[in-house]
Amino acid sequence: MNAASAIPTMDLNRNHAEEGRAVRIAVKDLNFYYGSFHGLKNVNINFHDRQVTALIGPSGCGKSTLLRCFNRIYSLYPEQRAEGEILLDGENILDPSVDLNELRSRIGMVFQKPTPFPMSIYDNVAFGLRLYEKLPKAELDMRVEESLRKAALWDEVKDKLRQSGTGLSGGQQQRLCIARTVAQRPEVILFDEPTSALDPISTGRIEELIEQLRDEFTIVIVTHNMQQAARISQFTGFMYLGQLVEFGPTNRMFMNPTEQRTQDYITGRFG
Amino acid sequence: MDAANPIGAAEAAPRRGGRVRPGRRIADRLLRTACLAATIVGAGVLGSILLMLIVQGVRGFTPTLFTNPTPGPGSEGGGIANAILGSLVLTGIGIVVATPVGVMAGTYLAEYGRYSKLAGLIRFLNDILLSAPSILIGLFVYTLMVRPMGTYSGWAGGVALAIIAVPVIVRTTEDMLRLVPGTLREAGAALGAPLSKVIISVTWRAASAGIVTGIILALARIAGETAPLLFTALNNNSWFSPDLIGGVANLPVMIYQFALSPYPNWQGLAWAGALLITATILVLSIIARLVIKPQMSR
Repeated sequence: MNAASAIPTMDLNRNHAEEGRAVRIAVKDLNFYYGSFHGLKNVNINFHDRQVTALIGPSGCGKSTLLRCFNRIYSLYPEQRAEGEILLDGENILDPSVDLNELRSRIGMVFQKPTPFPMSIYDNVAFGLRLYEKLPKAELDMRVEESLRKAALWDEVKDKLRQSGTGLSGGQQQRLCIARTVAQRPEVILFDEPTSALDPISTGRIEELIEQLRDEFTIVIVTHNMQQAARISQFTGFMYLGQLVEFGPTNRMFMNPTEQRTQDYITGRFG
Repeated sequence: MDAANPIGAAEAAPRRGGRVRPGRRIADRLLRTACLAATIVGAGVLGSILLMLIVQGVRGFTPTLFTNPTPGPGSEGGGIANAILGSLVLTGIGIVVATPVGVMAGTYLAEYGRYSKLAGLIRFLNDILLSAPSILIGLFVYTLMVRPMGTYSGWAGGVALAIIAVPVIVRTTEDMLRLVPGTLREAGAALGAPLSKVIISVTWRAASAGIVTGIILALARIAGETAPLLFTALNNNSWFSPDLIGGVANLPVMIYQFALSPYPNWQGLAWAGALLITATILVLSIIARLVIKPQMSR
């Protein structure tokens, strides 16, 4: 167990030097509890600036749990708690004094099932903007358009911005949620299995989109789909039973994993 | 026998017709007949009530029904205009008082108090209030308002109706908010929206059709309540004064008094009033269904 957590740290330092990208999020000795259940055990992992990091592993391994720590969304549920440190640009976001709403405006999240709000497409995208910025109408319009363009949805909805967001198709709804997140200009975007409820064509579009978003945002994506992780990520972390088993550049992780459990999982022997 | 030999049973299953044990068929027929008979009895009772109501009620519809106040004992003519107006005012007060209280309390139970013990206790008490005999609520308001004020009043009647409507609205509001998926709340929170903003802009909106339906159903419920008004608004044979102090005419108590009277004219007006209330409740129920329909088909 100790060996397993030591290896990724070593890899990580090397990759960091190779990539030359700053560490945006540093996780140190993170433990997570659902009541008395120990969901994450001593996780140490770094996420690099403007890179896509994929978290893979079998169901219940803790990858979504880890993701949900970065915006502390788990704190909606009183029986859930995290211990340890998560440094976002050097600041520990697990500190009780952190303003959660401010934190969440800096770290966006896209969920497994599309979650359009019961309001117009325009208002969905403007929702986050109106929370913290008092923008004049013209600028708000501009930001909404810019966000919908970034989410590759503008051409499909530009003539029906006043229609309800819930009337769109599943794939469009998911891109609307991405636009809504992008609109706030966050530093990090968390994706929690964003394509598992979508058909292959919509999945392809979302994957292309994530590639493009990498230019601007640091991205963490939880996925069940190993091909997806291989296609879109630069770094991959493999998790199993609440532990980070191995972490490294995606190519190396899939071609030449150092851990037997990683090897077994990516070759489909379990999971 | 079959249970002891499940493989044999499985083999017999694909062969349709013929192989079913005769006992099963008889049991099926019996159950179907019993269900049908029960439905006919239930619907028949309801149908005969409605039929009687329509026949007698229509007979009571006179040209002055909607224009004149209730006539004196034994006199001819008159109408029930004062009772209609009084009922509108009383249910209006009731629903205007009950809606904010009920929606807010339901929101507390569904959103803020989701994990608190206090909310569990409140929910339990609300369920008791929901099934409390309405005459008790009439007596409660009598003690609370009529005795200290020294007079029956429309205000007391409105408050009594509100107390009956509140638990209905609390319950439906909570139920409808609980139907809103948790991921929608998480999505709101993940954008950095405070809970109050998520509730107002997202969950209330998502549950709005259901909440409005609850309010309409509460309205239908209090429109026909008699017992709480007997001790509070009582009745009056003339138009009420705008300050609502003193007895206020209303349909349910009017029906109660006129139906028991020995005067045929009063009895006819009671029938007409009963038909009017029933029709109103029917219309409210239809509106409630129309409101909730688009949401259910989504």
